[in-house]
Amino acid sequence: MADIVLDKVNKKFPDGTVAVQDVDLEIADGEFVILVGPSGCGKSTTLNMIAGLEDISSGELRIGGQRVNDKAPRDRDIAMVFQSYALYPNMTVRENMAFPLRLAKLDKETINQKVDEAAKVLELTPLLDRKPANLSGGQRQRVAMGRAIVRQPKAFLMDEPLSNLDAKLRVQMRTVVSRLQKQLGTTTVYVTHDQTEAMTLGDRVVIMRGGAVQQVGPPQELYDHPRNLFVAGFIGSPSMNFLHAAVQDGGLRTALGDVPLGDRVRRELEAADAPRELILGIRPEHFEDAELVDEESRRRGLEFEAPVEIVESMGSDKYVYFTVEGEKASAAELEELAADAGAADFSGAGSNLVTRLSAESPVAEGQSRRVWFNLEKIHLFDPANGRNLTLHEGRAAGALAD
Amino acid sequence: MSINATPAGAEVSAGAERPGGRHATVPTQRSGRRKAPLSENKKAERKLGWLLCAPAALVMLAVTAYPIIYSVWLSLQRFDLRFPDQREFIGLENYVTVLTNEFWWTAFGVTMLITVVTVAVELVLGMGLAIIMHRTLIGRGLVRTSALIPYGIVTVVAAFSWRYAWTPGTGYLANLFSDGAPLTERASSLAIIMLAEIWKTTPFMALLLMAGLALVPEDLLKAASTDGATAWQRFTKVMLPVMKPAILVALLFRTLDAFRVFDNIFVLTAGGNETSSVSMLAYNNLIRGLNLGIGSTMSVLIFITVAIIAFVFVKLFGTAAPGSDDGERR
Repeated sequence: MADIVLDKVNKKFPDGTVAVQDVDLEIADGEFVILVGPSGCGKSTTLNMIAGLEDISSGELRIGGQRVNDKAPRDRDIAMVFQSYALYPNMTVRENMAFPLRLAKLDKETINQKVDEAAKVLELTPLLDRKPANLSGGQRQRVAMGRAIVRQPKAFLMDEPLSNLDAKLRVQMRTVVSRLQKQLGTTTVYVTHDQTEAMTLGDRVVIMRGGAVQQVGPPQELYDHPRNLFVAGFIGSPSMNFLHAAVQDGGLRTALGDVPLGDRVRRELEAADAPRELILGIRPEHFEDAELVDEESRRRGLEFEAPVEIVESMGSDKYVYFTVEGEKASAAELEELAADAGAADFSGAGSNLVTRLSAESPVAEGQSRRVWFNLEKIHLFDPANGRNLTLHEGRAAGALAD
Repeated sequence: MSINATPAGAEVSAGAERPGGRHATVPTQRSGRRKAPLSENKKAERKLGWLLCAPAALVMLAVTAYPIIYSVWLSLQRFDLRFPDQREFIGLENYVTVLTNEFWWTAFGVTMLITVVTVAVELVLGMGLAIIMHRTLIGRGLVRTSALIPYGIVTVVAAFSWRYAWTPGTGYLANLFSDGAPLTERASSLAIIMLAEIWKTTPFMALLLMAGLALVPEDLLKAASTDGATAWQRFTKVMLPVMKPAILVALLFRTLDAFRVFDNIFVLTAGGNETSSVSMLAYNNLIRGLNLGIGSTMSVLIFITVAIIAFVFVKLFGTAAPGSDDGERR
């Protein structure tokens, strides 16, 4: 077991494209860190550089305090799990799991004992004599995990290990991975493009975009205090609503009405180079049916009325989609997020607003409804660079903060 | 029993067809003997399949079955065009003559030697070439094209250029390596024949192996290197086993080809100094000697040997026949 340190690590391909730039990351011993981001953000390249499958162009990589830039993968003592599982098709499950041990020249007895142990943990014992071709996707995935854990390596590297499983199994395997990592206490770096996986699995999440780290932190912190527009839009499902907001007379004019500003945000906006147009971000759960809001909360928020488009009842609460008039929020980050979601070329008329209201709300499709939203939970972003203006010393304080 | 095994839909369609005529009963009886009776649809489909194959099958029969059967028929006769009057049916006597003849066994030995040595060397060189072609990043097209040039040259033309090269006085290679005439001695002649064969067909081997290399997933090699395998271990423990079906197909093709070696020997030595292959010997008896009986016997024996080689590869080594769906078999 060991810590992993990335010190200004860069990856530049021979054709000049920069896949990873200046990544600084300290992964503590035993920590479970998730690298997440849309495809092409450099997360897999980063993982491959840690594994030694990809050369590091500049910067330093240390595993257990030792510089390993120039070490071959086999000398780094790390185990990797691949999205395709990469099981050796000509070997049985037992041989697959024993392969790294055999290469390490352990004696037969020890190998058998270790394989049996790992097989027991992953419930693979009855499958030991089968070939990978005769296993289901979930079983193959477990064999791949087994091959990684038998060696007790310094670190596990996992490259989207659950992405080839169907949705139900993926949720189940998520807990298996989580439990296994806690049991073994081995430093783990896990790459995924699925923000739900990132939120649920990791001790800390690293969000990457275009080869650069956007924000590093525990999942809840990323959710509550996103540093920029990209992080805010990437984390959370359904994702944060973004609305166009114009700065006017010390307040904001938005499709949801005029939003008052607290002193701190106003001071920021008074600077000469301050943007005149902002993007207002608010998460679905910070809306509520106006009828159900008590007097105390009402004062901390604003109300607006809008036509209900779709109601999705989830049982515990309701997802209600409203159409609101007005300009759409636009920024490079938002376009990129839409492209990643596959919706770049699809946009309805006007802005769409996703809200999560209480199950008791009698809201119905086709009618208009009064909705309240919490001003303290609002984020304001600068469309030019995506910076979160409401963030103060790492905490988001809403629009009203003094 | 047979009705139970029939899919529900088939019963309905069979029932609907019945009033159509008496013919319906005939196929029913025939299919009753099979384990799972075919529905009318399936039968019609199968019939169409046969009809579509028929023209090609007939042509194949005409151009292959007839000559094969005719040569078997010839091999059972005493038939020498120089003495046409002595033609008579003599059963297997020709086979006894050939199989007890030392020329045949010498030629057989030479053929085996050439087959084993050339195929083995081609496999090793071809694998190296395939890896080079597979791994090249820059100038990929150029590398592949230049590697394939020998295969693009007509064998006889290449054989002549080798012959001139090894002829004392005019040849650049003969003067370089020896004072004598290498093509007039048995050992050096055989070596030159094998060299010409290898030079010519290694690219083909490489091409077949490269198709196999493309089947090895990149992730598998990455996994092996993180599992602690050296480059050589990755090659022997991961790449070779995964490529095994492709390697066997390549070996089968080349072995069958190599066993029928003719052109190079014909041009380089014309079979002199006991360098004849079995094909050479059959040609000498059949075409030059005009002995149709003995020549046909040799052709049939070559045919049988080639069939045995193919059988061994397919049945014992489990080579998937090219084009079959059984590529998964390991």
